[in-house]
Amino acid sequence: MEALLQAILNGLIAGTILAIPVIGFSAMYAVLRFPNFAVAAVATVGAFAGYVANVSYKVPATYSLVIAFLVAGAVGLAADLIALKRFRAQGALVAAIASIAVNLVIENVVRWYFGNDLRGYDLPIARDLRFGAYRVGPQQLESMALALLIMIALFLLLAFTRTGKSMRAAADNPDLARLKGIDPDRIAMIATFIGMGLVGTGGMLLGLDTSIDPLTGFRVVLSIFAAAVLGGMGSIPGAVLGAFMIGIAEEVAAMALSPTYKTAVGFAALFLMLTLRPRGLLGDKDA
Amino acid sequence: MLSYLVFMGTIGGIYALLALSLNLIWGSVGMVNLGLAGFFAVGAYASAILTTAGKAPIPLGLLLALVVGVAAGLLATFSTKRLRDDYLAIVTLGFAEVVRLVAQNEIWLTRGADGISGIPGPFKSDLGPNFNAFFLALMALIVGVVYWLLRRIDRSPYGRALRAIREDAQVAAVAGKNVMRFKTEAFAVSAAIAGLAGALYGHFTSYIAPDLFQPLITVYIFLAVTAGGTGRPSGGLVGAFLVVFFLESMRFAVEVLPDVSPLRLAALREILIGLALLLVLRLRPQGLLPETIRPAPRGQT
Repeated sequence: MEALLQAILNGLIAGTILAIPVIGFSAMYAVLRFPNFAVAAVATVGAFAGYVANVSYKVPATYSLVIAFLVAGAVGLAADLIALKRFRAQGALVAAIASIAVNLVIENVVRWYFGNDLRGYDLPIARDLRFGAYRVGPQQLESMALALLIMIALFLLLAFTRTGKSMRAAADNPDLARLKGIDPDRIAMIATFIGMGLVGTGGMLLGLDTSIDPLTGFRVVLSIFAAAVLGGMGSIPGAVLGAFMIGIAEEVAAMALSPTYKTAVGFAALFLMLTLRPRGLLGDKDA
Repeated sequence: MLSYLVFMGTIGGIYALLALSLNLIWGSVGMVNLGLAGFFAVGAYASAILTTAGKAPIPLGLLLALVVGVAAGLLATFSTKRLRDDYLAIVTLGFAEVVRLVAQNEIWLTRGADGISGIPGPFKSDLGPNFNAFFLALMALIVGVVYWLLRRIDRSPYGRALRAIREDAQVAAVAGKNVMRFKTEAFAVSAAIAGLAGALYGHFTSYIAPDLFQPLITVYIFLAVTAGGTGRPSGGLVGAFLVVFFLESMRFAVEVLPDVSPLRLAALREILIGLALLLVLRLRPQGLLPETIRPAPRGQT
């Protein structure tokens, strides 16, 4: 029982952190209407940008996350403007396939510069915190707190600012939004920058716990997709809920299965969801 | 040099089967399969396990690869057939990763990361050094048969129904076509062809391992189908050999670069492949052999 509760606790922490890239992926889907598979490589870019800031320039990890956000957002936006934007007009599938090619290019640019070696962040070593019988790593707790802060900031942006409102309008009904004078290109750019920035921040947050290499993003990408589909593609509250569920499911399943099957758990959840309730927990009716 | 060409010709044949498989669903129906490498792997493992551990004859292994391919295809479409195709993209992508995880971890069945070696080849001991040439001929025959069948489908009323679904599924449904059934069948046939390609790959090289079924293969095949021309079986065929030629010539080209580590060469190759796919999608989305729509013959349905 204690082991189960510990697994659920770990899952909640993992889910909070996972929610950041899932929100990024789902928000881009809401506005651009195609699954951007380049999120794997962009998460890696974020992790490495944060690594360079943290290790080479001695920036504390918390501020390095800002660097990760900005660099990943810029790379994601550049990739969209140079390559993906043109394909969106040809349909979601062509854009999705093109995003795989973009992913391959970005991942290998990272590999060219950094090689395949595992790298770790410069973090103070700390003992696990104990709450009765349960243990939590202080780094995990800090990452979780940061993830929550990012979510709050994003919520404020979407709920109260003009940009946030026009993003939601464009996601809800692109034609009506255009009629109201919202420039769709501008919204697409903002959504891509913020979405990819969140994906990059998430890549670094996920890497803080362990170590990073050019496949860091690829390893978590199935969990990201699974959480996004589970919550309903394009729904931001759904993204958070889906991330929690995938986080917990992965940790609980790891008690019974080999931990290498972690990503398969997310996939199984996704598969069940699509079969039973295709629009996801909080998705649109017409999905 | 000749033996190298024979080897590459056979690999080209395997890519050609995969390209035909992808073309059937992407070109004809407009469905996507981002987990082609996974269906390829499933067929390879099915036949390899049956013919090594099960000591079954090779034709039985190939048959099993087809059956398992159909089953995997039905499974993948089972949950997503009612949905828009971007969900299918995610599910197939995930499927390929799960296949690789299973191949890596279920050591009792797949021997894990070590892979399965000693997969029998047809008449290998009798043919000796002529085995590769024989296999190339066999490959050509199989590719020819699959191509012929797919071209028959392409030009039949069935093929026209598939294209109608690609253009507008709603209109096709109104015209009385069972969209879901067409999609499921096409995907299952396509998955079976990918499985067959995997089985042949195993019997040709005698060795398979999880690392041989990287998602990169899927990118190669998309490049092949896009470059050759979607919606037409001959396009996939031409594209597959173009891609093999492109990959091999790049292997030679990047090796002349001075002072570049092997790791960077590999990275550079993958960058070029990604750029090639983007360029082809951008500059010539219809491919070298564009689709030609034939008028439906009169008096038939």
